[in-house]
Amino acid sequence: MIDFKQIDWVPPGLIVGMALIALPLVGDPAAWLTLTVAALAMGMMIFVMSSGLTLVFGLMDVINFGHGVFISIGAYVALLVFVPLAAWGAADSLTLNLALVGLAILVSMTATGALGYAFEQVVIRPVYGQHLKQILITTGGLIVVEQLIHALWGANPIPLRLPETLRGSFLIGDAAVERFRVFAIVLGLAVFAAMYIGLNRTRIGLLIRAGVENREMVEALGYDIRKIFIGVFVAGSALAGLGGVLWALYRQILVASMGMEMMVLIFIAIIIGGLGSVGGCFAGSILLALLANYTGFLVPKLALVSNILLMLAILVWRPQGLYPVARR
Amino acid sequence: MTTPLLSLSGVHTHVGRYHILHGVDLVVPVGGVTMLLGRNGAGKTSTLRTIMGLWRASAGSVTLAGEDVTQAATPAIARSGLAYVPENMGIFADLTVRENLVLAARSGEIDADRLKWVFGLFPALEKFFSLAAGALSGGQKQMLAIARAIIEPRRLYLVDEPTKGLAPAIVANMIAAFRELKASGATILLVEQNFAAARALGDTVAVMDDGRIVHAGAMAELADDAELQHRLLGLSLAKHQ
Repeated sequence: MIDFKQIDWVPPGLIVGMALIALPLVGDPAAWLTLTVAALAMGMMIFVMSSGLTLVFGLMDVINFGHGVFISIGAYVALLVFVPLAAWGAADSLTLNLALVGLAILVSMTATGALGYAFEQVVIRPVYGQHLKQILITTGGLIVVEQLIHALWGANPIPLRLPETLRGSFLIGDAAVERFRVFAIVLGLAVFAAMYIGLNRTRIGLLIRAGVENREMVEALGYDIRKIFIGVFVAGSALAGLGGVLWALYRQILVASMGMEMMVLIFIAIIIGGLGSVGGCFAGSILLALLANYTGFLVPKLALVSNILLMLAILVWRPQGLYPVARR
Repeated sequence: MTTPLLSLSGVHTHVGRYHILHGVDLVVPVGGVTMLLGRNGAGKTSTLRTIMGLWRASAGSVTLAGEDVTQAATPAIARSGLAYVPENMGIFADLTVRENLVLAARSGEIDADRLKWVFGLFPALEKFFSLAAGALSGGQKQMLAIARAIIEPRRLYLVDEPTKGLAPAIVANMIAAFRELKASGATILLVEQNFAAARALGDTVAVMDDGRIVHAGAMAELADDAELQHRLLGLSLAKHQ
């Protein structure tokens, strides 16, 4: 059972409060709904892409600047499914369309998970506990893999068509809500629920949460934190791959740097969420996206700096992030 | 002569460029409480960390029941039957009391009878069983740290200053708990600054200074010799009673 009394409800309250305050400011309920749904979809995609990174940092203090490349690889590997099975995507069948996306996600997550394993063994392992070297070598790894994408798929942008039933919008009153955004929200919520259950209801999840707080004590209890970390790194890379598929479907055009371009938002999301906190990362991602959309509509010039302003405000209020992880 | 449960022979430990332990020789017999005493900075915590493999010995050997564990990794040392309570308690604050205890149970399930016994030693833990450990008071956190170490029987318990900073009533509770653990046949290596607690619990004692063992013998002998206490620890027992 979830103990609701032990949950800090202030960050969720902040999300709801921000949306409610924006309603009279935006004025038009239809525009507000469109903006809100679009922001929720964007927030879910940021969360999916960043949730693995926050655990990787929380568990082993590893700063992986190469995380973005798993997003790009996820998107490009999905092409291996989307291109040969284009007929499934063109069919006006929800089942076929979802099967296509599901298969693409499965293949991408497998590929990025396997790449994550190799990346951990070759790039990360030699630089445990050395932040500067981690930044340098993971950036190097990122450049190598990004160039590999150019070598394998070419340097030109590659278009990707959304499956037929995910195209277009639902009309709710006067508001147009894009179908793909609803799909992204549902998938993001499912990932969050799976992670929440995995971290709170399984023994391995318990070990990960304990390791984020105090890895030395987890070892002193007889558990090999290295093996746990490898598992988390692989899972985090696979989640980045899933995020890459969603991001590719959202953009409908693939470039090798598409994962890199998200890294600033991803770092902001995990910093304001509280390093190592999956719940914080979830709340941070949504806040980030909501504020960007509302300010983009209301004060477009402010939208350029809204992310930084949000990070500043939250870190002044809660210097360890929305859900600080107790660290030894 | 029976094989000691734990023995350290000429153990040196370096942390970075600092030479912390300078040839520690220590024997912990099977059963009973061995007290490890000494002034601040004498090397007591470093000795426990070296035994656990958290700091690797740069020379010498650590032997557990005849098996050399000097270069073994911490998880392997823990699985060979050691329980460790660090000076900072090592509580997982975001986890509940129950989850902290579950982690220490190797099978993944807490034995109901053992849990009942632990609750008997520390009733506060039963009351706050489902509460996040970070919400506990300092004394309750120390109780949880010890409960986590004893939630399953282990060959050797390494406990670092369990009474540090605690109220007298809680200290009395700790002493009673260790007495009961000792009565169950457990072997405990206990670092302590509170000499009254050390005298109440210890069977044998080793005193450290400057990264070495400078005295080893029966606790009763040290407890009865005020001059020896003064020389080794810079204190008079009479003042600490």
